[in-house]
Amino acid sequence: MDKPKIATASLAGCFGCHMSLLDIDERILKLIELVDFDKSPIDDLKTFTGRCRVGLVEGGCANQENVEVLRDFRKHCDVLVALGDCATMGGLPAMRNGIPLRECLEEAYRDGLTVHNPSGTIPNDPEIPLLLDKVRPLSDVVKVDVFLPGCPPPADAIWEAVTALLEGRAPNLTYDQLKYD
Amino acid sequence: MSDTFRFTIDGVEVTGTPGQTILQAAEAAGIWIPRLCYLEGLVPGGACRVCTVKVQGRFQAACAFPAGPGLVVENDTEEIRELRKQVVEMLFVEGNHFCMFCEKSGNCELQALAYRLGIASPRYPYLFPVRQVDASHPDVFIDGNRCIQCGRCIRASRDVDGKGVFGFVERSRDTRVGVDARTGLGGTSLTLDDRAVTVCPVGAILKKRVGFAVPIGERLYDHRPIGTDLERRGA
Repeated sequence: MDKPKIATASLAGCFGCHMSLLDIDERILKLIELVDFDKSPIDDLKTFTGRCRVGLVEGGCANQENVEVLRDFRKHCDVLVALGDCATMGGLPAMRNGIPLRECLEEAYRDGLTVHNPSGTIPNDPEIPLLLDKVRPLSDVVKVDVFLPGCPPPADAIWEAVTALLEGRAPNLTYDQLKYD
Repeated sequence: MSDTFRFTIDGVEVTGTPGQTILQAAEAAGIWIPRLCYLEGLVPGGACRVCTVKVQGRFQAACAFPAGPGLVVENDTEEIRELRKQVVEMLFVEGNHFCMFCEKSGNCELQALAYRLGIASPRYPYLFPVRQVDASHPDVFIDGNRCIQCGRCIRASRDVDGKGVFGFVERSRDTRVGVDARTGLGGTSLTLDDRAVTVCPVGAILKKRVGFAVPIGERLYDHRPIGTDLERRGA
């Protein structure tokens, strides 16, 4: 029988949650026995090849592309996990939510102390995904089945969540595994 | 003492003395009732409703409701746990609680309550309100993003410090803690030894320059759930 598939993505995140996933140490060998990786930065597959049992999504939605990837994950994954604080509540990128988008861009590309941009233009190529007005937690965009908070979630929490979901049960996090920092 | 009386919390008989609130009598018996705006030494605020219990079948704030003979109190029931979770979740979404870089993380009572109640994520949408930071005081700052309007600082400054530096301004969801100087906290009479500086349950009022003196991972609630010290004392 084919192994169940797992997919992962980092949207508006820092890849710290993926690093924490790798932090499961030697259990990564067990993980490879349990699952095949589908679309994921870990195997560099860019598109889904089929239905996945579990989708782990790190980072919130900061732009149009994040939203499209997230919807693609929702479509292909039986269980969607918000991996980490950014996916759960927006995280550090959501610090810009109290500042109008135009001001953010002007600060980043024109007015910032270390900016060198003689033309003063703000990048606006159609190739660049459009920024959203606010950085959104995943649950603002799609239905999320499991939340794993933490910055990043401890490796043990990720291991418990993934193995539990593969066994078809709800993750049971200990006190030390449920952290917001 | 002859004027003590007995009542029950979740079917367990406890002893109360006249003048005690339900929360105080519970503490004396080693029973922890979750709370946020209540702090020993301050008059009860009754503001946060996290200490909600059922008394004779009706919801009451345990921090403010007087204990009395024969009362039947429900505390740790599924219904009340669920209600408390909702209150704490609402507090999270209506402020900007970025635990990942907050100096108070690990010592924060709001966060610790969420941990103990097992909240992985609030069920409500985040509001991302626009709030202000006041760093005008040389030794203390206020980060309005993290304020939960519990009023502890207001009561401490008024009743313990005798100053009245803090007070609620605006109304309803715009309610916030203001200070008694137009120039901000720096223009008030607040000093570092004021009780009001140390009562904040979250990271809204903090001393400057000591934020990470104790590293994350070694803080009050990093490994010990809030309330367990009290329960252990009572056991």
